[in-house]
Amino acid sequence: MSVLVYIEQAEGKIKKTSLEAVSFASALAAKTGEGEVIAVALGSVDQAELASVGKAGATKVLHASDSRLDAGVIQAHATAVAQAFEKTGSKTVVLAKSSLGDAVAARLAIKVNAGLVSNVVELPNTDSGYIVKRSIYTGKAFAETSLTTANKILAIKKNAIDLKIDGADAAVESLEVNIPDSDFGSKITATERATGEVLLPEADIVVSGGRGMKGPENWGMIEDLAKTLGAATGCSKPVSDIGWRPHHEHVGQTGVKVAPSLYVAIGISGAIQHLAGVNSSKCIVVINKDPEAPFFKAADYGIVGDAFEVVPKLNEALKAEL
Amino acid sequence: MKILVCITHVPDTTSKIQFTADNTKFDTTGVQFIIGPYDDYALARAVELRDQTGGKLTVLNVGEAETEPTLRKALAIGADDAIRVNSNPKDSFFVAKQIAHYAKEGGYDLILMGRESIDFNGGMVHGMVGELLGMPSFSPVMKLDVEGTTVKMAREIEGGKEMLEAQLPLIAGCQEPIAEWKIPNMRGIMSARTKPLNVVDPVTEETQAETQKYQLPPAKGAVKLVDKDNVAELVKLLKNDAKVL
Repeated sequence: MSVLVYIEQAEGKIKKTSLEAVSFASALAAKTGEGEVIAVALGSVDQAELASVGKAGATKVLHASDSRLDAGVIQAHATAVAQAFEKTGSKTVVLAKSSLGDAVAARLAIKVNAGLVSNVVELPNTDSGYIVKRSIYTGKAFAETSLTTANKILAIKKNAIDLKIDGADAAVESLEVNIPDSDFGSKITATERATGEVLLPEADIVVSGGRGMKGPENWGMIEDLAKTLGAATGCSKPVSDIGWRPHHEHVGQTGVKVAPSLYVAIGISGAIQHLAGVNSSKCIVVINKDPEAPFFKAADYGIVGDAFEVVPKLNEALKAEL
Repeated sequence: MKILVCITHVPDTTSKIQFTADNTKFDTTGVQFIIGPYDDYALARAVELRDQTGGKLTVLNVGEAETEPTLRKALAIGADDAIRVNSNPKDSFFVAKQIAHYAKEGGYDLILMGRESIDFNGGMVHGMVGELLGMPSFSPVMKLDVEGTTVKMAREIEGGKEMLEAQLPLIAGCQEPIAEWKIPNMRGIMSARTKPLNVVDPVTEETQAETQKYQLPPAKGAVKLVDKDNVAELVKLLKNDAKVL
């Protein structure tokens, strides 16, 4: 018996959200008696990095090293994971919700005839049946959903569980997969990725700016504060619509939904569509010169003041403390 | 080119989310229903593609009679005809099975929908339909151009995007900025009244998941305001009280 985890890599490094999925699977296996946690890694990743997945709770890593799998070719990934699923005889797959994870999970669900629940926020209740709590209405509510299939896939939301770091190295085995050429029918012709920065959907701290920043030339202070905090930078929808910041930084209902420990909103009024993207944050700090800004109602801490005055001061105070 | 756009019928993004009947039902009191915002992007792009390349644009929804105004709106925006699969959309798998059946029957070249619905946020239906039909599926797609049978797309990934090329037929889950939302004009609204809206039966009743209960998140406490001349106080609170630094 085993729980399978589909883990994602970017440039040979296993993503932190995937390690969280491994920790989730480890707690799940302990609860359901499903035995060990086996991770499936695809593409070029070195042995040491693969073995380190054990720290998060996996005992074994199955590795299909075909370099055509380095890129997130959705169909090929789904086929590879389905073959690992058959091979291990697992009944449950856990993965981190992400751009690629969602796309792969949906196809996998059909391939292995599994019931799929996304945005899972905690371990399922297995007292009677199999009831999964998931986030719905863009973080504004939760649903308790009962899965009736023998095979199950859980796509977990960030921060659903604390990352385990005390496990032993995992045994790495190579996974032979037989992927039809048609699965590689689409071609990824180029990838543009912000490098050397903290990725917004996975960040533990996010600093976002809104129209109150008055122009893209003023983003330096947002970036400085983010750098001090080790944070990712985000923005409101109007800011990405006007083109002050790229679309992948847009936080909100139709943009990125974040779930950091700390969300700092600067010069953002707090329209309901923006709040929908941040309502899973543990702690929200709002800096706005308008005391009536609706964002203060959703905040844990607030400063009423001019961002151009407050933010540099806050940055200095943080530098002194951290 | 034959294009199918699948739309959801969901509460407006500003709706207050509440439940009734001992938290087992969504409370529709005072709620306005709209085309899912992501589906609206898919529809807008589909209208542009149909206008460029000719062909036909069909819009589909799995839902009961109350979703017809939402389908009519899609017709007013520019779809040529509509299909309503007459059933409560029970779960992603159920919806995917209906779409796959009617998509196959219609022989569409391109199937577009939103990256996810804004009620259940699963983001799973496009991938399921793709697998059921043996077609490639891509999501979230933020740019989509068709040149002959080649589709050039940009797909958002964490912290950036990837450019893709694939062949028709295919399925894409869409998001901004694939196109600008279109607002129906008077002529569109008038013509939508007479465009065909076909009601069909579900092809299967099979489901895999059932939601039994809903919950609202715990209410947020009042904000703690810190004086703008005392930012060090905020740093202390974040460090010692909130413990997030």
